[in-house]
Formats: sequence, C-alpha cells, structure tokens
Amino acid sequence: MSFVEYSELIQEGDVVIIFLGHDSMMPVKVQSGAQTQTRYGVIRHSSDLIGQRFGSKVTCSKGGWVYVLHPTPELWTVNLPHRTQILYTTDIANITLMLDLKPGSVVCESGTGSGSLSHSILRTIAPTGHLHTVEFHAQRAEKAIQEFKEHKVSHLVTVRNQDVCAEGFGITGVADAVFLDIPSPWEAVTHAKRALKRKGGRLCSFSPCIEQVQRTCEALLNHGFEEICTLEVLLRVHDVRSVTLPLPDFGPEEDCTNSTQMASDLSQKEVPNTGNTSVICKTATPPREMAGHTGYLTFATKPRD
Amino acid sequence: MAECVYDSDAESAISYGDYVVLKRGDVFKSVQVENKKKVIFEKQWFFLDNAVGQLYGTMFEIEAGGSLKPKAVKRAGDSLDSKEAGQDNRHIVDDGRSQKLTRDDIETLKEQGLKGQEIVQQLIDNSTTFKDKTEFAQAKYIKKKKKKYESDITVLKPSTRLLAMMYHGREPGKICHLRYDTLAQVLTLGNIHAGSKIIVFETCAGLVLGSVMERMGGFGSVIQMYPGGGPTRAGMESFGFPSHFHETLHEFPLCKVNALLAGTLDLSEKDTDSQANGSRLGGSDSSQETSGVSEEKNSEPQNMEVSVDPQEEMKRAEREKLREQRAQEKKVKMEEKRKKLASAAALLEGRNADGLVIASRFHPCPVLMGLLKFVAPSRPFVVYCQYREPLIECYTKLREQGGAISLRLTDSWLRHYQVLPNRTHPVLLMSGGGGYLLSGTTVATDTAKARNQHKSEEPAAKRLKLDEISSSCDSSAKAISVV
Repeated sequence: MSFVEYSELIQEGDVVIIFLGHDSMMPVKVQSGAQTQTRYGVIRHSSDLIGQRFGSKVTCSKGGWVYVLHPTPELWTVNLPHRTQILYTTDIANITLMLDLKPGSVVCESGTGSGSLSHSILRTIAPTGHLHTVEFHAQRAEKAIQEFKEHKVSHLVTVRNQDVCAEGFGITGVADAVFLDIPSPWEAVTHAKRALKRKGGRLCSFSPCIEQVQRTCEALLNHGFEEICTLEVLLRVHDVRSVTLPLPDFGPEEDCTNSTQMASDLSQKEVPNTGNTSVICKTATPPREMAGHTGYLTFATKPRD
Repeated sequence: MAECVYDSDAESAISYGDYVVLKRGDVFKSVQVENKKKVIFEKQWFFLDNAVGQLYGTMFEIEAGGSLKPKAVKRAGDSLDSKEAGQDNRHIVDDGRSQKLTRDDIETLKEQGLKGQEIVQQLIDNSTTFKDKTEFAQAKYIKKKKKKYESDITVLKPSTRLLAMMYHGREPGKICHLRYDTLAQVLTLGNIHAGSKIIVFETCAGLVLGSVMERMGGFGSVIQMYPGGGPTRAGMESFGFPSHFHETLHEFPLCKVNALLAGTLDLSEKDTDSQANGSRLGGSDSSQETSGVSEEKNSEPQNMEVSVDPQEEMKRAEREKLREQRAQEKKVKMEEKRKKLASAAALLEGRNADGLVIASRFHPCPVLMGLLKFVAPSRPFVVYCQYREPLIECYTKLREQGGAISLRLTDSWLRHYQVLPNRTHPVLLMSGGGGYLLSGTTVATDTAKARNQHKSEEPAAKRLKLDEISSSCDSSAKAISVV
C-alpha cells in the first residue's frame, strides 16, 4: 500500500482504514502480532489483516465485523490525528482543480499543518511531481516527515522547518503552483512569486476572514498577479430516507373515489394503517445543520516574468 | 530533483496544430491553431497565424484584417483615472443626455481604427456627469466601457479548469450542467491519480474523460464505456494531450457489457459482427460495385463492337486497384477495432478496476449497477447526475444490494466574491445548481450471506451491526426492500 498507488493485499507496515460503520472509522498501522480493539471486539493483525484483500470483511472476536479499506487521501482526511485545523475534501478538490495540479506538477505549500492537503497534493502530482512544504512549527514538521515516510510518499516531498513569511519556500523559479494557509498570507506573496516558474503559475490562499482576503488581494495586485478571484464552496450532504406523510380523513364519501384512490394518484405506495392511510416516499433531506463556512479561497495567476 | 529544473520557453511556444484556449475577460473558447483559419470569438474575427511562435499566456490585440499583434505593455488603462470625483449622486440626474457622443459618432471612431482605450477616453471626456460621479462609480464606468471596447485576447494552454469553466459558461447543456466545482469533487472523490485503472462513462462531450486523463498524466489506463455507435471525445481532444496519453485510453461499447459479464462476449463474434457491419457498409459499397459492374457490362458489348479503348481499360484497372486498396484498408481498420475491443475487454474482465466515474444523461441506476461489477473492492466510485431523484434510487438500490459503503449524496454551492477596497461583497449572480453526486467505496461481497440477511435469518448481533452501518436513514429498511 501507498497513498499514491493501489495494491490488492494488506502487508506488514501498511496503514489501513478500519470501517466500523457510518462515520466511524479508524486508521491502523499493520504490525504482525499487534492487536486492535474495536467495539466489535479485537482484530488480530497477523491473522485478520496481513494477506487479506483490501475491502474485505473481517470478523472480530465478539462476532461483529468490520471492513478494512485501502487508504486514500480522502479517507485519511477524516481519520488523521489533528495537530491543527485542517482542510477538508470539498475545499481540497477545488484547490486541486483551480491550481491545475496534475502528475508532474511542482507545488509549494505552507503551512503543512496536519498534512491533510499535503496527502491530496502528493496523490495528484505523483509519480513525477514534487511538493515543497514549509512548516514553522518544528514538532509538526517532524511529525509530517514521519507520516510521509509511513505512507510511502516521502520521495515526493520536501518538508522545510522555517517561517515562510520571513524565509520563503527555499526554492526559486521551479513551482507550478503555490498554496498558502497561514494567518498572514499577504506577507508571503513575494516569496510565492519567487518560488513560481518564470513562465508563470497559479496561486491559492485560504483564509477564514474577509479582512485577510482583502489584504491578500491587495498584495497580489501589487505584485502583478492576474485573474484574481475569490470564491467559497459549501457542501451539502443529503440524508436519504423514507418519509411517511399521513393522508387526511375527509370522512366517508358517497362515491367510491376515496382517499385511497388519492394516494395512488400521488403515484406512491399507500399503506393502510389502522384505518388511516399514509404515503411513504423516498426523499433526501438536507442536514439540520451544516458547515456554513470553512474559508475563502483566493486564486490568482502569476504571469510570465 | 526539482531545484535544478529551469523552464525553457521553447516548450511553451504556440505552434500549428496546438489546441489552445482563447480568453477575453471571463469568456473562453477552445480552438485548434490552423494555417489561415478564421476564428470567430466574441463577435470578432481574426487569424491565429501571428500567435504561432509566441508564448502561451501572451495577450494579443486584433488589428485591421484580423491579424493579431502581441500587446506590449499591460496596465496602460490606469492613466484613465481622473483626479476629480464627486461625493454622492444627489445632483446627478438621468436625462439621457450626459453622453455627448452619439451612437454614430462612436461608430465613426471605431471605423477610424481608434484603439479601444482611446474610445473609452473619448467616452469619458464627453460624459458631462463623469467628474461628478464618485470615485467608485467612475471605476465601475471605466470597467464597463473597457469590457465593451477593449478586445484583448489571451492565448492559454488548455487545462481542466479552463475547459470546465468554458463548457459551463458556454454550453452547460452539453455537459449535463456539470459545474466545475462539482467536477473537482468527482476527480477528488474518485481518487483519480497516475497509475490506476479507471472506468469512465460520460455524455459530457468528453470533458470528464479529458479531466480524468489529465489527472492520470498518461500513467495507467482509462476505459471509456460508450453508448451508441462510438465514444464522444471532442472535449477530450481540446486538452491537446501528447500522443502517449492516447495509448492509455481504451473504449468499450455499453451494449456489450451484458455479454462480457455473462462470459459470452465472443471476440471472433465481434469479428463477424464487424464483418456484418462491414458488409452492411460494404453492402452499399458492393451494391455500387455490382451496379458499376453491370453498367460496365452493359457498356462493354458496345465497346467491343466499336473498339477496345486502352485508356478505358487502364482506368478500369485503376478503379479495380483502388477498390482493392479500400477493402484492404477496411479490413485493417476492422482488425484494429477488434483488437481494441479485445484489449478493453481484457482490462475489464479482471474486474479489478481502481475506480468508476459516471456522468451522463442516462438514468444512472442501471449504469452504476452494471459497471460497479468491474471495480475491485475498496475502491471509490462517483456518480454525477443533474437531478437528485435518480441518485436517491441508486442509493436505495446499493443499500439493498450491498457491496458499497460510505454512501454519500451531496451537492455543492459555489459563491464568487468581488474583493475591492471598501467594495467587498458576494458577486450578485451565482449559479443555481451544479448537479448532484453519489459517492461511495466498494467492498467485497459475499452474496450468499447477503441474501440470508434479507431473509432475516441472521443472529441478532449481526443484524444490529447491519442496521448501524446502513446509516441513520434506513430505519424503514423493510419499506425499501419492497420497492
């Protein structure tokens, strides 16, 4: 297994995602002899995981079962240990598309944070691209390096422990794209410009507050960036369910066109239910609450020098 | 490794045959650069010949006769700013006479070959109210006029971003109203990356196919399932991929899926089939031939009677040769087609694809159920549909059938912002809908067990588990299973 390449069977040292049920997953590092406790019982790595096919059902000691899944950046995003606030898949997807990322792209990122976006970038730019990621927090940088190694993507990434606003990305004229997720992105715009290729490239900055966006856009304009565009994407997850709508009782009628007929007119199944009738229909309801804001995404193009 | 790579400009020069994206303002158009080809874009026509040899990203202005000229310095427009400005609009009256230039005057200016910027300056100079407008209103006025009269065109290298925005802006009907942020979700949720084997079924003009291919970078394989007579690929062609990308692209007709699944897909049968096809095609050919022959036969006796024309003989021989050649070509083509089908079938038969992407105008449910069988366990799949209800059906069906987890029905909202000093707000107009997605992950199925579960003969613990996995929404699972 690797985050940039699928494999069929689980091997020692792999990171697998244990799927316990809807919205309940956990990442596990496979080690022979090790055990993992779940609410359905224990999973013994040697017998239950190693040599099994990804996606297979594993029966735990208490008789319950779980699925073991191949890791993907998307699964990792919902399972990773948070060291910072992270970027989620909806924003990541748009960042990837709008930065024109593809195999071979050279990308700069700061800060590395918990590595949620980093894994996605690595997946997309492999096997010929490279990620230069800058994290000023020594412990986080160290942890990221370790994770990249465990996930077998360290050949595609360079982690630098420095302050991007003061010292930049540590490279000049090689990047196709730059991504900024820092409190004061406007202070890193010069460094971003320097890191990008002479022939130009794309930039994205993620900021939760509009004042940050305002200052960033100003800095981008002053540094000759073009096509500056700020947007926001919100994801709605719909809950698929059957809803039952009772039919009102108008009392007995003279002719035979009764409410039962009406129900079938509604082209749905009617269920006689202790005298009253109701209609069951399949629908999808939006959640009662949803993430209303993550951050503004500001994109820009660096023109040719 | 990356540190030493310096981009040479040689590879980023526009040349004949390239597919490019033209940009004017926020409007895009995809064209192929051809010798002396007239391009019509935003009510203007021009030739791209002068762009050849220039670098991608160059801005051009259109000169008389439709030739392009690289624009020297950008940002000349700043000189239009006037120092004088009003505070508010209490004294500005709309009498329709603030612009002293008439329509005809402006037309005359245009005919004189005045540059866009100069026309805008003329409009400003002849506007009696301009200096009374607020600074912001002046900026807005200039921006609006610039948009109308300045017609600079930028030539860009195609990318998913540009083509997806172009299709969404120009021809959303052709791509089932798939908005670019939704396409972004498709590519990410599908974990599309180099080295994998992806099945794509789309009727989005080839845009989705192209975007998948871009993300694979020529590594791995893409199997395009197509309805009808052949795959649509115009959108994919617009990406201008290098030829080795095309070697990773395979195609398989949807109408042969059942045969493949049943193991009755006979490739030699395909041979006879294509022969049947061929003979149908050739049928018309051969009927022509025979009619031709009979004509000749008819004329022959006459010829014989008069004299044998050696020239006529030669012509006939030539025709005969040409016919043979054509038949040979057809045979080669058929053989190629058969080989292509065989290779696609071989890729599918492993039933170990790494992903499935569906985005079509067809009902997604049968497509998903049919094609999911070719996907390996623990792989993502994504289904796009312009409407929500068909995806609800897919969701229900998958729950019933099993083999998929983490099912999510989603849609996204996209909001653009105007960011300007003291004038920051959401853009007034936003897209009403970019379609819906159903995504999930495949898992191994043990069909016998699944059937048992439906007959509710499972031990309590497992059923409990099943219910839990079936997410909150399946409290009325029984009602569903009746459907």
